[in-house]
Amino acid sequence: MATEPVTAGDIGWITQAVFGYYPYVALTSLALGSIIRFDREQYTWRSGSSQLLRRKQLFWGSTLFHLGVLVIFLGHFVGLLTPIAVFDFIGITHGQKQVLAIVAGGVAGIFCMAGALMLLHRRLYDPRIRQTSSFSDIAILIMLTLQLALGLLTIPVSLQHLDGGEMVKFMQWAQGIFSFRPGAAAYVADAHWIFKAHLFLGLTILLVFPYTRLVHMLSAPVWYLNRRGWQLVRTRRDIGAKRQPEPAK
Amino acid sequence: MKVRAQIAMVLNLDKCIGCHTCSVTCKNVWTNRDGVEYAWFNNVETKPGIGYPKDWENQKRWNGGWRRRKNGRIEPRMGAKWRILSKIFANPDLPEIDDYYEPFDFDYAHLQTAPELKAFPTARPRSKITGERMEKIEWGPNWEEILGGEFEHRAKDYNFEGVETEIYGAYENTFMMYLPRLCEHCLNPACVAACPSGAIYKREEDGIVLIDQDKCRGWRMCVSACPYKKIYYNWDSGKSEKCVLCYPRLEVGQPTVCSETCVGRIRYLGVVLYDADRIEEAASTENEQDLYEAQLGIFLDPADPAVIAQARADGVPEAWLEAARHSPVYKMAIDWKIAFPLHPEYRTLPMVWYVPPLSPIQSAAAAGVLEMDGDMPDVKSLRIPLRYLANMLTAGKEAPVELALRRMLAMRAFMRAKTVDGVIDHPAAERVGLTAPQIEEMYRYLAIANYEDRFVIPTAHRETGEDAFDLRGDCGFTFGNGCGGGNSDVGLFGKPRHTHGHTPANTPAEA
Repeated sequence: MATEPVTAGDIGWITQAVFGYYPYVALTSLALGSIIRFDREQYTWRSGSSQLLRRKQLFWGSTLFHLGVLVIFLGHFVGLLTPIAVFDFIGITHGQKQVLAIVAGGVAGIFCMAGALMLLHRRLYDPRIRQTSSFSDIAILIMLTLQLALGLLTIPVSLQHLDGGEMVKFMQWAQGIFSFRPGAAAYVADAHWIFKAHLFLGLTILLVFPYTRLVHMLSAPVWYLNRRGWQLVRTRRDIGAKRQPEPAK
Repeated sequence: MKVRAQIAMVLNLDKCIGCHTCSVTCKNVWTNRDGVEYAWFNNVETKPGIGYPKDWENQKRWNGGWRRRKNGRIEPRMGAKWRILSKIFANPDLPEIDDYYEPFDFDYAHLQTAPELKAFPTARPRSKITGERMEKIEWGPNWEEILGGEFEHRAKDYNFEGVETEIYGAYENTFMMYLPRLCEHCLNPACVAACPSGAIYKREEDGIVLIDQDKCRGWRMCVSACPYKKIYYNWDSGKSEKCVLCYPRLEVGQPTVCSETCVGRIRYLGVVLYDADRIEEAASTENEQDLYEAQLGIFLDPADPAVIAQARADGVPEAWLEAARHSPVYKMAIDWKIAFPLHPEYRTLPMVWYVPPLSPIQSAAAAGVLEMDGDMPDVKSLRIPLRYLANMLTAGKEAPVELALRRMLAMRAFMRAKTVDGVIDHPAAERVGLTAPQIEEMYRYLAIANYEDRFVIPTAHRETGEDAFDLRGDCGFTFGNGCGGGNSDVGLFGKPRHTHGHTPANTPAEA
């Protein structure tokens, strides 16, 4: 792709601030905030499940939402951060990749949206859930639902140009951010406003991530599958034995 | 052989009067906080009844405990590890709070502030979750108190399996007993196995099963996996909590709060040595009815020199070996065989055991229709059906429970002969396979129940595990963030306690 990086002067300072500097603010908050919270306030690090209080609407809502989010998250991660050369090497054209993204993302997005709306309705209108929700519980769910809506709204825009060129720009932007290239913001400067809003809200979610219940994602217990046997025993004896010198014989 | 020690408990149901002192003192110490108002680490249920949470014994519904697969290995009833993980987004085996009960408080202030009315003002219930008015309280930790409710409802009690339930609905045949329940601190805990975070563990030194509150992420699989439903999800903190067997008390040689305050003196605490290498083998026993004997089989004789030598090699302190030799639990469970595990068929190898209750003889027996065994009533003529007790304590095998009841009846006959007639009735003891001195010892433990006999608790040896110099001047029990309370004042991570929906607790004094 022969899009030349442009300087801040050409794209305006707002674009440069939002898509050039803000990503670093968000990522720094994500990393530092998560580390500090994990280290200092681990008692607050939890999924915050409310299934005990109300099973209704959670069963389908949570399952659809989480499965959808997993697919979308994986799609964004692989789709945005895999170097373009890899796709070129495998022989997937940009157009094909975009269609794949639209179909997979669209299906997962609709599932996810259905789940999110059920969860949001439950959280706002079920007295048990509403009264036990913190501000951040409600705010983050609204943000995620909006973000999903914006993501789904990008599909009609994308359908108008199926050559994959627009998508490649987003890949270049994301990879530019992660490889500290100063002019990355220019790649998205002329994108449709829906895309821009989607990017901005996405960065904001990363920004607030450590201060919400979303941190449970980082503790996804996949290691459980690898646990040998079933039982866990903890002892103090070993600690004591290590510290204390051998008794005189 | 790998010797480990555990502090186990026995409850003598024959003497439980259902006063709930254990539950109330436990609640005041451990669960009088937001999020666990509904949780009773110790609760007393009236049996027959479906209990708290509703129907907890029905593992077809809740999928708690373990299941033996065709290949002879066991796995949690919830399924293999990937099956457990697949339930993480929405857990089909999790009870809802209504299965326990919606916690509530009363508008006590109204009694003080009500204007002059034609009728007396009443303190009406208000939900502790939503703060809204509750019109009707539907369930509680002992809702079936003294057979409250309809027989049809309590007839669904799982322990009626194989019993002709209908006849016990008749007033003349009705029976009841109390069942105090707490965490079993199992040898093969299903909660530990099902915790995806690895936050639940068994302490090697004393066998207490604990949840690491920092590592718990609230995936709530333990709540489902525990067949006794003795892990509670704190809906406020988002962490699971359970009975800690009052470990801060045990470590300094004091009995648990429930045991200490038991007015009937029915609780016993003592050390049991067991072979940790044979836990899986015992829990995998093919026939459910053999599980009780299999668990007895892995308990070790604390007087056996080979056991003592191995225990020393495995690091069991000398005081613990001494305590094991004087353990009331060992005497009741192994020497006299009058105590049994609760629902061994769950394959968790529970370590809180129960002495089955005697009961009045049936009216039919009194009328001479049922048989008597010499001077003593035949245990089959007791009001509580033998099969009912066996379903609860030995997976339905009647012989061990029958022997235990006969031994307890023999103890009464023996002591009556001794104190009333002045005769040592050796045949009464021998008929149940005991000697006169054993019967007298049983009497001392069960009837007199001295404090020193009931509680033989060695202190923990923290000096071997921790450097007391480091502990000096620190904050004691903390959440691992120095002296912070787990909630920062600025509210960045935590949310304020008492959210807007909660009514502040009004006491008459405040009003």
